[in-house]
Amino acid sequence: MTRPNSLKYMKTHEWARLDGDFAWIGITDYAVQHLSDLVFLDLPEVGSDIMQNEPFGEIESVKAVSDLYAPLTGEVVERNDRLMEELDILKRDPFGEGWMLKIRMEKKSEANQLMDEAGYKKTLDSDNH
Amino acid sequence: MQRTPLYDLHRSLGARLVPFGGFEMPLSYADITTEHHAVRKEAGWFDLSHMGRVRFRGRDALKLALAVQTADAQSLMVGRTRYGMILNERGGIIDDILISREEDGYLLVVNAGNRGFDQARFVEAAKGLEVDIVDDSERLAMVAVQGPAAARILDLVGLGAALDLKYYRFGNYRVGSLPILVSRTGYTGEDGFELLLPAAEAGAFSERILAAGRPLGLIPCGLGCRDTLRLEAGMPLHGHEIDAETNPIEAGLEFGVRASQEYAGAAALARVRAEGPKRRLIGLSTEGSHIPRQGHEVQHEGRPVGVICSGTRSPTLNRNIATALVLAEAAAGPRFEVTVRKHSVEGSLVPLPFYKRASK
Repeated sequence: MTRPNSLKYMKTHEWARLDGDFAWIGITDYAVQHLSDLVFLDLPEVGSDIMQNEPFGEIESVKAVSDLYAPLTGEVVERNDRLMEELDILKRDPFGEGWMLKIRMEKKSEANQLMDEAGYKKTLDSDNH
Repeated sequence: MQRTPLYDLHRSLGARLVPFGGFEMPLSYADITTEHHAVRKEAGWFDLSHMGRVRFRGRDALKLALAVQTADAQSLMVGRTRYGMILNERGGIIDDILISREEDGYLLVVNAGNRGFDQARFVEAAKGLEVDIVDDSERLAMVAVQGPAAARILDLVGLGAALDLKYYRFGNYRVGSLPILVSRTGYTGEDGFELLLPAAEAGAFSERILAAGRPLGLIPCGLGCRDTLRLEAGMPLHGHEIDAETNPIEAGLEFGVRASQEYAGAAALARVRAEGPKRRLIGLSTEGSHIPRQGHEVQHEGRPVGVICSGTRSPTLNRNIATALVLAEAAAGPRFEVTVRKHSVEGSLVPLPFYKRASK
C-alpha cells in the first residue's frame, strides 16, 4: 500500500491530513495490519475536544485494546460513524475512507511536531530491527 | 528465544511470530478470526512443539507419576490419557498437564512456559526412586490437526488406523518408516488429534498434512486462535484461569484430581474441600464495545468481588466473553459490572463452556 506523501504521521501510527483550519485524522496501514482482527472502535462525540499526544479513542482487536493518540489539538467537527460499524474499511482504505475524525485545529503550529512520510517510514524500519 | 523444528515452515507460510513461553511462535498466518472459523467449520493445523514432552520410565515410573501430579495414574490403562495438575504445597496450580499411560511408563505434556519448573520438580521427586526422566521435547515435535475435517485429513496422510481412537486415547502408528504417536486430544472444543513425531521429519510431514487438507479447508493456525478457541470451549490457560495462587476446586477442575492423597498439595486441597472454596471461576457475557481483559476488576452489587482471567470477542458467538475468579458468595450473580479501563461494563453470568460442539 502506498502511504500518502501529503500526510503527517505520528510514531504511534496515527496520521493527519491538514486542510486549512481543519484536519482529518486516522491510523496507518501499518497499524491496521499489526492490530489485526479489529472488532470495535471507540471515538469521541462531535463537539468534544482532543489534545495532541493524548488518547482520543480506543480500538479493540480480538487479542487486545490499543489507545489512539491525537496528532493535533482541536474540536471534533465530524466523526466517521460508518467506520465504527464497518471496520473492514480500514483494511481497504486506511488513508481515505478509513478516516476517523475531522477536527478544527486549535494550534496549526503543532503540525511541525509530526513526521512526514519519509520520517515515519524510517521509524517503522528501525522498529523492525 | 527458542525456535521449534517448524520455525522455517512458519516463516515460509508467512506467520506473524511472537514470543510465547520462551519460544518464537506463530500468532497467526492469515488472521485470528479466519483461523478460528476454519477450526470450527473445517480444520486447522497447529505447531505445539513449544510444549514440554517428558517421559517417566523404569520400575518406579508410577510412583513418580503419582507423586508429582493429581490425575489417577494408577487406574490409567495403556493407551489412555487424563488431565491432571501439578500443585504446590498450598494446593495452587503450578501447571496443568496431560498424562498418558504407555507400555513402558508415562508421558506428560506440560506447558511451554513451565517446562523448567516442572522438570526441576520431577527431578526432586525422583530422588531415591528407580526411574528415568526422559525429556523428549527436543527429539520430538508436536503438531495438532483440529476441526470437523481432522479425521478425514489424517486418513489422507496415511493415519487412517488412528481414526478408531476414542476421545482421550492414543496409539503408536507408522507412515512408511516414520513413527507417529497420535492422540485424540485437543484444546479447541472440536474433534481433533495431536501428533508426536521425530523433530527432523516434522516439517515435511506437516507440509504433507497441509497439502492433503487444503482441499478440505485446512489452514495453518496460530496461538491467537488457539486462545479464542480454548476460551470459547471453557478450557483453562495457565497464567490466566489458573496459576500458583489458584486451586483446582475454585477453578472447577476437580475432575482432574484423584481421591487418594500422595501428591504435593493434597493436604491443602482437603482443607479447601472441607471449608468450601473462597472463590469460583465463572463465565461472563458482556455488552458493548469494551471487552473485559485479564486483570480487570469485577463488581457485584457495587462491591469488588474478583478479577477477569481471560476475555475476548467470541468469533463463534459474536459477543464478548470472559472468565473471572470471583468470591464464592457472589458467584451466583447473575449480574456483574466489570471495570474495563475507564468504562463500567454490564456482565451477566453464563454457564461454562461458552461453546459446545453438537454431538454426533
